[in-house]
Amino acid sequence: MKSEKKMENTQKLRKLLTKTGRCWQLYLLLLPGIVLTVIYKYIPMYGVQIAFRDYNPVMGFSKSPFVGLRWFIKFFTNYKSTEMIRNTVLISLYSILWTFPIPIVLSLIMNQIKLERFKKISQTILYAPHFVSTMIVCGMLRIFLSPYGGLISTLVAAAGGNTGTGLLDRAELFRTIYISSSVWQDTGWGMIIYMATLSGVDITYHEAAQVDGANLWQRIIHIDLPELVPMIMIQLIMSFGNLMNVGFEKAFLLQTDLNKGTSEIIATYVYEQGMLKGMYSFSTAVGLFNTAVNILLLIIVNRVSKKAADISFI
Amino acid sequence: MNRKKLKSKSDRAIEAIMVIIVLIFVLMVLYPLYYVLIASFSNPYDVYAGKTFFWVSQFTVEGYQRVFREKAIVSGYLNSIFYTTLGTVLTTALVLTTAYPLSRKEMPGRTAIMLFYLITMYFTGGLIPTYLVVAKTGLLNSVWALILPGGVSVFNVIVTRTYFETSIPKDLFEAAKIDGSSHIRTFLSMVLPLSRPIIAVMVVFAMVAFWNDWFTALIYMNSKDKYPLQLALRQILIQSEASANALSGMDGGYAEANRITELLKFSSMVVGAVPMLIFYPFVQKYFEKGLMVGAVKG
Repeated sequence: MKSEKKMENTQKLRKLLTKTGRCWQLYLLLLPGIVLTVIYKYIPMYGVQIAFRDYNPVMGFSKSPFVGLRWFIKFFTNYKSTEMIRNTVLISLYSILWTFPIPIVLSLIMNQIKLERFKKISQTILYAPHFVSTMIVCGMLRIFLSPYGGLISTLVAAAGGNTGTGLLDRAELFRTIYISSSVWQDTGWGMIIYMATLSGVDITYHEAAQVDGANLWQRIIHIDLPELVPMIMIQLIMSFGNLMNVGFEKAFLLQTDLNKGTSEIIATYVYEQGMLKGMYSFSTAVGLFNTAVNILLLIIVNRVSKKAADISFI
Repeated sequence: MNRKKLKSKSDRAIEAIMVIIVLIFVLMVLYPLYYVLIASFSNPYDVYAGKTFFWVSQFTVEGYQRVFREKAIVSGYLNSIFYTTLGTVLTTALVLTTAYPLSRKEMPGRTAIMLFYLITMYFTGGLIPTYLVVAKTGLLNSVWALILPGGVSVFNVIVTRTYFETSIPKDLFEAAKIDGSSHIRTFLSMVLPLSRPIIAVMVVFAMVAFWNDWFTALIYMNSKDKYPLQLALRQILIQSEASANALSGMDGGYAEANRITELLKFSSMVVGAVPMLIFYPFVQKYFEKGLMVGAVKG
């Protein structure tokens, strides 16, 4: 009995081996990607342990002296840490609040416009800012917000606003600037998937509703919108799962000495401490904290959404 | 009859409002780009005096003449073209060679390998450990530092794999197998030619990413002559460094140097943004499709 089972097992193994052998070319194709991923993704993961060590280049990742939670304690006892966490979360939350619904609303509207040429050209134009680099967008923002005749400053002043101090230097305006420029840059791009989903809506629903006397507005709300709901849910879940990954680039490029109170996020701090000040271990610890919180959020969001809507993404 | 007319009337009113909303949004998106373009052909003093809201003031191409004499911009341009070309070719090849085996259901270990990649999407070593590995492997200050550490884009692999699984008829694979075609031959001579749309998507994504990237270069490149265009722009736009040739032409004094610096800001933005802005409308239908494939499965 036992030997029979053993034989069955060896047979299974042999079968698997021939199957694997037949696929050797597939593994060969995979090899370069796997090697790169091991070197540049997995070895750095292993290197994360320097968050608990006092990194010394000579001793390397695993031999530098162990210091336990020293760097984490240093971070949390820093009076600025709560502010940074707060800034990170608030930029993210407000970003979702604004950049999430606008593409949906605009897609619903755009989809029902019958002027095909107008629609096509509008869409093309709305994509444009996505192809402009963050660097150039931030350059534009700096020029437009300049107190010396910048476009936006001029408009604000004309509307009776105070532009004495540069708008970008006012910490209380940073999030508004950050988020409104994101709306400007990403709305068109964000519309793509909603437009594609809407193009699959069965036209006969609309015809039937029209016969029943529903006007265009009612049809959008009762026919088009429900079609979008699953996609909206997936997108929403994904953005909450990335809550702590605020776009570093824009925060960094728009940061000035005076707006740091709201523009300093965890990612910019990690860069500053690590790359500029050379505090490798401390910077890694702060980064690890950020990743850990994000993963925790991801798991929670995933679990909740699985229960509530049967959508999961991990 | 009467009722039907009334109904379409209200629909027409709603549609008119919708067209206006879209139009306003489109103008809001377009205007800043238009403004920069106008400003780049105008006298910078007039720009800041608010004289260029609608049209050029004191037309000049001096900004463009100067921008192409700016060493940082020219070398940045050439570097970016090189980095973008090499990076696009390599990363696209990596995505394709990773996605294809993962789309073959007969390959043992498929799920494990997918998991191996998915983990890297959510957990990363972070800035410093990655930097240390890149430094240790001797990549600092070379073009490879901009390409290799990025590894394989998992999102793109998922999109491409889905395409291979759904858009290539299964019979074709059967036929290839019966013909005795090896996996690599099937991949090269059958799968790739049938996958032009998805390859186009991947090329577009990679090109835009490499052309617009600056942070990787900021970390890994330490000599300025290797900076890509975006970092050259950073010196002009963000750090507002007076250009070298503006300072050398100090005969006009500080005001003149300042004028040139401001002029350069606009022309350099146009020069930096134009390649991608001209290119994307031609590939619009590809990325529209590609994102959809990704969203459905991702």
